[in-house]
Amino acid sequence: MMADIFSASFITGLIGATLRMSTPIILATLGEIITERAGVLNLGIEGIMLFGAASGFLATLATGNLWFGILMAALSGVLLALLMSFLAVNLGLSQHVAGLGITIFASGLAMFIYRKAVGSPVVPPTVHPFSPLAIPFLSDIPFIGESFFKQYFLTYITWALIPLVSIFLFRTRFGLRIRTMGQNPFAADTVGVNVNRTRTICLAIGGALFGVAGAFLTLAHQNMFLIDVVGGRGWIAIAMTIFGNWNPLMGSLGGLMFGFLDALQLRLQSVGIHLPIHVFLMIPYLMTIVALVGVSRKATVPAGLLKPYRREEKGG
Amino acid sequence: MVGLSIVRRQTLPPWAEILLPVAAIFATLIIGALPIVLAGGNLFKAYSSLVYGALGTRFNLLETLVKASPLILTGLAVSFAFRARFWNIGAEGQLFAGAIAATAVGVYGTALPSWLVIPACIVSGFIAGGLWAVLPAFLKTKLKVDDVVTTLLLNYVMIHVMGFLLYGPMQAAGSSWPRSEPIMDAAHYPILLPRSRLHLGLVIAIVMVLAIWFINARTVFGYRSKCVGVNINAAHFSGVNTDMTILKTALISGGLAGLAGVGEVCAIHYHLLMDISPGYGYTGIVIAMLGNLHPVGVALSAFFFSCISIGSQTMSRMAGIPVYIEGVI
Amino acid sequence: MVDITKRFVDVVANDKVSFSLFPNEVCALLGENGAGKTTLMNILFGYYLCDSGEIRIYGRIVRLGSPKDAIAHGISMIHQHFTLVPSQSVLENAMIGVEGGFFLDKKKARKRLLEIEKQFGLDLDPDAMAFTLTIGQQQKLEILKALYREAKILIMDEPTAVLAPIETRELFATLRTLVDNGRSVVFISHKLNEVMEISDRILVLREGKNVAERKKSETRVQELASLMVGREILESLQCSDSAAGNTVLQLKNLRVRNSKGVVALDGFSLDLREREIVGIAGVSGNGQTELSELLFGIRRPEEGSIVLDGKEVPGGSPSAMIRAGMARIPEDRISTGVCMDLSVMDNMILVDHCREPFSKLGLINGREIRSWVLDRVRDFQVKTDGVDAPVKSLSGGNLQKVILARELAGQPKIIIACQPTRGLDVGAMEYVHQAILRQKERGAGILLISDDLDEVLLLCDRVIVIYEGRIMGELCSDGIDRERIGLWMSGVA
Repeated sequence: MMADIFSASFITGLIGATLRMSTPIILATLGEIITERAGVLNLGIEGIMLFGAASGFLATLATGNLWFGILMAALSGVLLALLMSFLAVNLGLSQHVAGLGITIFASGLAMFIYRKAVGSPVVPPTVHPFSPLAIPFLSDIPFIGESFFKQYFLTYITWALIPLVSIFLFRTRFGLRIRTMGQNPFAADTVGVNVNRTRTICLAIGGALFGVAGAFLTLAHQNMFLIDVVGGRGWIAIAMTIFGNWNPLMGSLGGLMFGFLDALQLRLQSVGIHLPIHVFLMIPYLMTIVALVGVSRKATVPAGLLKPYRREEKGG
Repeated sequence: MVGLSIVRRQTLPPWAEILLPVAAIFATLIIGALPIVLAGGNLFKAYSSLVYGALGTRFNLLETLVKASPLILTGLAVSFAFRARFWNIGAEGQLFAGAIAATAVGVYGTALPSWLVIPACIVSGFIAGGLWAVLPAFLKTKLKVDDVVTTLLLNYVMIHVMGFLLYGPMQAAGSSWPRSEPIMDAAHYPILLPRSRLHLGLVIAIVMVLAIWFINARTVFGYRSKCVGVNINAAHFSGVNTDMTILKTALISGGLAGLAGVGEVCAIHYHLLMDISPGYGYTGIVIAMLGNLHPVGVALSAFFFSCISIGSQTMSRMAGIPVYIEGVI
Repeated sequence: MVDITKRFVDVVANDKVSFSLFPNEVCALLGENGAGKTTLMNILFGYYLCDSGEIRIYGRIVRLGSPKDAIAHGISMIHQHFTLVPSQSVLENAMIGVEGGFFLDKKKARKRLLEIEKQFGLDLDPDAMAFTLTIGQQQKLEILKALYREAKILIMDEPTAVLAPIETRELFATLRTLVDNGRSVVFISHKLNEVMEISDRILVLREGKNVAERKKSETRVQELASLMVGREILESLQCSDSAAGNTVLQLKNLRVRNSKGVVALDGFSLDLREREIVGIAGVSGNGQTELSELLFGIRRPEEGSIVLDGKEVPGGSPSAMIRAGMARIPEDRISTGVCMDLSVMDNMILVDHCREPFSKLGLINGREIRSWVLDRVRDFQVKTDGVDAPVKSLSGGNLQKVILARELAGQPKIIIACQPTRGLDVGAMEYVHQAILRQKERGAGILLISDDLDEVLLLCDRVIVIYEGRIMGELCSDGIDRERIGLWMSGVA
C-alpha cells in the first residue's frame, strides 16, 4: 500500500487532481479579492456559484454547447452580483445580510429552475463534459506533462488569470482606484472616482468569476447538477481571500492548498487507505480554519470593507 | 466638519416596523405569482390551495405547527446571535450537534431513570449545540478570526462528523444505511394531542420565545448583548466584558439550534440520520431577518414559513426569498 | 460664487452667501464652527450641490456636480481629515484619479511628481508609504496631490489645526510659493492670528451668512473677532479660587505602545489632585490618544503604574477604572462614547446599568431607570424628542450632554476629558466648560487633554506640554508664556 502512495502514477495523478480541484476555488477567490479590495464583502458567493452551476448546466443540456453554458453561467453570475450591488451599494444595507440573502435566494432559485427544467427523474440528466486538453509537445514530458499539461481549458485560463488579476490590481489605473476606494472611499471620491459605480463593476466582475467557477463543477469536474455540488467552496474562497491577505497570488496559493487536500483525500481513498471517508472529507475544512487562525491576527483588512459610502449630509 | 460617516436610515415609526414585513410577505406572494401565471395556472386556485394545504384541515394545521417548532428555534438562534453582531451562520451544524447528543443519550443512556431521559436529551443537545457555536465565538474574540467564515465551515465539518458516526460507531447493527439505532421509548417527546404528531417541541419553542424575549427586554445580559451588537467599542469603553458577552450569546444561540436538533430526533425520526434537517439552520437566517430579530416576530415568521412549506411543496422552493430581501430593507 | 444657499435636513448651512477669489491671492474664510465655511467650500468642490445660486469660474457659469467636475476646472480641496491611503506610496497617492492610460506609468508619474516637488520646494520621497509620513508631510502630500492634478485654486480646510507652530510656518511659506506661482488659495480658519498672518483678504461668515469682507491692511484682530462672534467677546469664566487637595491620580513612569507597536508614551509621570484641572497640550498625534486610552482602560501600559485614589489599578480594564471613580469623556464621541442606534435611555445607563437600583440579580429595572434618566435629561438640558429617541437624532452638543450626564452622574473623583468640545458650536462649548468648572468646584480632579491651546489655557490650573510621548515642560496658570508653550509643542526645549 505504501508503495502505491509513492508510485509515479499516484503522484502525477495527485498533482493533476490538485490543479483540477483548485480551479473553482481559485476562480472564486480571485473574484472575491477584487470585490473585497473595492470594499464589498460578497457573501452571495456560495449561492451565485450554485446558480452558475445550475444555469451553465441547463444551458449546455439544452444546446449541447459547453461554452454557451459557461457564458450563461457568467451572465447569471453578473446579474446576481448586480442585485447584490443594488442592495449593498445603492441601498447601503448590511453587506452581511444582503450577501446571505443573495446566497439563500440564488440557491433556492437554482433548485427551482433545475426542477422546472428537468423535473424529478430517477436518473439525473448528464451532459458530455469538457475533456482535458493536452497541450501538444508539453504534455509528452514525463511526469510533468501528465500532471500540468493535460488539464481542462478552464484550468489553464484560471492559471493565466492569477497574474492578470495581480497586474490589474497593482499595475493599472482601475486597480489603483479600486484599492484606494477599498481603503478610503472618501479619498477616492475627492479625486473624482465614482465610488459606487466602480464598486458595482467590481461586483459584476466577481459575479462572472463565481458563475464560471460554479459551472466548472457541473461541466468539467462532474457532468451533472446536484444540490450540494458547490459544497461550501464559496465559503472556502472567502476564507482564502482572508488567508491570502487580499493578494491574488497568496489567495490562489491557499486555493491550491485546499485543492491539494481535496485531491489527496480522494486519491488516498482510491488506493484503499482505510481511514473513514468522512474524516478525510473534514480535513480541508478544518485545515482552512486552522490556516485562518494562523493569519487572522495580522490580516490587513481593507479599511473600507463593509462600509457603504454616502456623501455626508452634514455641514460644518 | 467633514468626515467619513455613514448616513443611516432614519428610525422608522413603530407602525412601519410591523408593516414592512407584512408588505414583504405580500410582495412575495405577488412575485411568487409570476411563475404560476406564466405557467398558465389559476392564481386564485393556487393560493387558496396553499392556504387550505397549510391551515385547512386539522391534520394540515397540526403538521404546520409541527414544522414550525424547529424553525422557531433556529430562527431564534440566529436572531439572538445577530442581535449581538455575532454572525452565526452555523445554526445548521449546531442543530446536528444537538441531534447527535440527543441520540447518544437516547440510545446509550439506558442506565438513566426513565423520567430523566428527556431532560437529559434536552440539556445535552443544548450544550452540544452551544459548544459548537462557542468555538467560533472563541476564535472571534481571542484570535480575531472572521465568524462568518468559521461558523459556515463548521457546518461542513459537523456534517462529516455526523457522516463518520453514522457510517461508523453509531451505525445501527446490521444496517447498511447511515442511520443510528432507534432511541428508547423514554426519550420520545410526549405527543400533545391524540391522533397527531404535535409534540413537546412546540411547547419548548414557545417557552424559548418567551425566555429570549425576557432576556432581551429585562436582563442585564440582554442589554449588554444589544450594546455589543450596536457598538462594541462603546460597550467595552463602558466597562462591559464584551468577550464574555459574545461567548454567552453564542452559547445560547447554538443551544437553541441544538434544541431544534433534539426535537427532530426525539419527536419526528426517533433515530439519527443524515438528512435530519432540510436546511432548517439556513432557513432560520431568513426567518430571523423577516422577524426583525425580535422573538415574537421570529415566531410569526417561522409559522409563515412552515405554512408555505406545508401548504405547497413546489412553492416552498421559491418561498421566502424575496420576503427575505424585502424583510431586511 | 453668488447667492449660494444650501439646506440640510433641518438647518440652512449657507444662506445667500457670495464669495469671490482673485488670482494670486490667499483669501481667508473666517468663522466659528458651524458658520458654514466648510459647506460653502464643499459646494465649490462639487461635493455638495447647492440648492440655489450660481458659480462662475473665470466669468463662465459652471455646474459642479461632483469633485471630478471641480478638478477639471482646476479646483482642489484639502480636507481637515486627510484623504490619503496609508498603505500606498506617496506616488500612488498622488497619481490616483489622473493616472493617464490603462496601465500605470509610474516612471512618467514619478518624473512629473519630482518636477512639481522641485518647483514648489516640497520634498517627499515618492516611494515612501503614506503611513510613515508625519502629519506635516502628509499635508505636503495633499498639496502635491492637488498640484499633480493641475489645481489653480486650492481650498484648505483648517490646515493648521493639526500642525505644530514650526510646521505652520513651513506651510505658510509653501502657500506663499503657491501664490507666487499663479495659484490661489482659500484658507478656512477660525484662528484670527493665522488669518492675519497669511491672507490678503478676509471674508467673515456667521451662521451661514456673509458678514463682512476686509482687506488685511484695513482691519485688525479685534475687529475680526467681533465680526466673527457677533457679540461681546466670549466666555468670562469664574471659578472660586480654592486650593487643590489630595492627590487622586498618579501616573508613574509610564511607557505605552500604540496599535502599530511604536512607543507612544515614554517616561510619563503626572500627579493630579482634587479640585484642580491639569491640561495636556500638544499637537495632536503626540501620544494624547494613547494616554486617554490608557486611562480609559482600553490600552495597557508596558511599564509604569497607575494609582487611582491611593490604590494601584491594573491597566487594560475599563471597569476597574470606573469602579475607582473615574469619569471618562472620550475623544471620539460617536465611535466610543455612545451607541448611535440605541435610545437616550439605553446610552445613559451604559456605565451604571449593573448597579442597584437599576438592576438587581441580573434583571433590569426599567421604571427606576426611566425616572432617573428623565431627571438627568432635565438637569443637563438635553434637547431630545424623549428618552426613547435614538441618540443619532441628537446634535453633537446634545450627544456630548448625554455623555456628560452619564459620566458625571456618580460624583466622580477623577474626570478625564478628551477633546471635550471638538466640533461643538459656541453655545455647547460654553456649556461643557461650565460643567467642567462646576466639577472642579465640587472637588473633582480633572485631566483635560485638548488640541485647542486656547481651551487649555482658559480652564487649566497647570499645563503640561507633550511632544512625541514625552513631557516637554509644565507651567502654572499664573506663569503662562505662550511662546514657550509653542516651542515645547514643536519639540524645542
